[in-house]
Amino acid sequence: MDITSLTLSAAAKGLRERAFSVSDLVGAHLDAIAQKDGVLHAYLHVFDDAREAARSADIRIATANPLDIEALPPLFGVPIAVKDNILVEGRQATAGSKILEHYTASYDATVIRKLKEQGAIILGKTNMDEFAMGSSTEYSAFGPTKNPHDVTRVPGGSSGGSAAAVAGRMAIAALGSDTGGSIRQPAAFCGVVGMKPTYGAVSRHGLIAMASSLDVIGPLAKTVGDAEIIFDAIRGKDAFDATAYDETEIPVKHSMFDKKLKNLRVGVPKEYFGAGLDADVEKAVRRVLQNMEHAGARIEEVTLPHAHLALPAYYIIVPSEVSANLARLDGQRYGHHAKDADTLYDVYARSRDEGFGTEVKRRIMLGTYALSAGYYDAYYLKAQKVRRLIADDFNRAFERVDILIGPTTPAPAFPLGSRNDNPLEMYLADIYTVAVNLAGLPALSMPAGANATGLPIGLQLIAPRLEDKKLFHIAKQAEAVIGYTAKA
Amino acid sequence: MISKKDVQHIAHLARLALTAEEEDRFVGELSAILGFVEKLNEADTEGVMPMTGGTMLAHVMREDAVSDPVLEGKHEQLLSAVPEKKDGWVKVKKIFS
Repeated sequence: MDITSLTLSAAAKGLRERAFSVSDLVGAHLDAIAQKDGVLHAYLHVFDDAREAARSADIRIATANPLDIEALPPLFGVPIAVKDNILVEGRQATAGSKILEHYTASYDATVIRKLKEQGAIILGKTNMDEFAMGSSTEYSAFGPTKNPHDVTRVPGGSSGGSAAAVAGRMAIAALGSDTGGSIRQPAAFCGVVGMKPTYGAVSRHGLIAMASSLDVIGPLAKTVGDAEIIFDAIRGKDAFDATAYDETEIPVKHSMFDKKLKNLRVGVPKEYFGAGLDADVEKAVRRVLQNMEHAGARIEEVTLPHAHLALPAYYIIVPSEVSANLARLDGQRYGHHAKDADTLYDVYARSRDEGFGTEVKRRIMLGTYALSAGYYDAYYLKAQKVRRLIADDFNRAFERVDILIGPTTPAPAFPLGSRNDNPLEMYLADIYTVAVNLAGLPALSMPAGANATGLPIGLQLIAPRLEDKKLFHIAKQAEAVIGYTAKA
Repeated sequence: MISKKDVQHIAHLARLALTAEEEDRFVGELSAILGFVEKLNEADTEGVMPMTGGTMLAHVMREDAVSDPVLEGKHEQLLSAVPEKKDGWVKVKKIFS
């Protein structure tokens, strides 16, 4: 048996039954990385000392009595990959950028501290679009990641390395971050499950900020249940992030949790099935909806009238927050420092020009313009008002339905290099995902099938704010009627 | 919509020493993106309250004190990341030329 093909739950069970050791499990994944990652390039940095951490975990299991074994945390001994914009103490954190190429994190992000407390084994840091800006991982300063289903295609982005690591059986699960679709879109392209929690459900402390009012850390995994185990491990209040919700604010009990799909009210946003949607993607999504209907769900069309304004609002709000957040990269306190600059101004301007890639500069420029004197009302304030209209659209839809379901992306993974020259075309890859971030809602992408050439297709489920547990519950029911597992 | 002079002014505000080639590129690209976001004007936002953040939480308070011993004693790690330093301080270039 190839233990890298196990789900998180199966791996955890195998460890507890001593069917294999933590060293076996971690070793098999490090071997898989050594074998495949030369081509896939999912990792920027592999932690070779994970083998030592695995040996210590094995000693703990060897000396444990049955009660101790039962008390082991769910992630004990589970090998996990971490996106390179999440800080792990003493390790590199480049965020995919040359400006942080030699930066070492001086503390653990809250999510990392929680993973370590459970005894999870971190395998390494995964590739990403620079500072999480992009939809293909091609904007990484360290070269693109390839899609494990077809190495001539992108894995999606910005958490493309995390998605490829899970799909390529080089990690049991992974952490990513999602600002406009950066967990869900690569999950869809790579045929894995990716979940974007409610804004604030997971602490952002130790996440290198892109757009602070939208960023959230979440899991990528092989099944919905696996993603939920990780979500439960990382969520909760944090003194270092004032926007983080207490665990208790996310209801774990709900009247509908007792029922399966019978009488579940499913809303299908008609705006997510318009022009530009690939025929195979539409077919796969409609097939799932039909299966859910056969299982007793009530499917009805809903409307999100401002859906077409989500991308324009997003591309004002995000660059504005980016231009403020990335101002701290000044070449002075950490990161790339321009040589032979004469004045402090030159240190700033040259370090930033040399350190940042084109997409990052593009967004800093756009955001600086949108926030500059005379333009603030026309762009930033207007976008914030439209953001409210978009959030209200969802609130109205959720008065009638329990969940919204549609495609995660308009089309399956596109070929490497095909959208590099046109930033607007790249932005369109996120057309169905950005509105969810603007509204702060939880959402999940799961495999719905594949097209004729075997490229995975993603199904997106969107739930009301703080109903993350309900989202997982419904996604598990959907998983049962889909009956498709992606193989890479 | 965006002139080369605009690009140079924004680059100055953003502290980016762009090359001439980058300046030319951004004239076209920023104009195209701003043209795309013009769509926002289709929305009637009369009387709509701007949504300024992602959370519904308000007035989150905490004690103004060191609350986590794990983050203490990081002085050296923080300083080790500084490119130019002297006697435990961050060294900066002269501000006026």
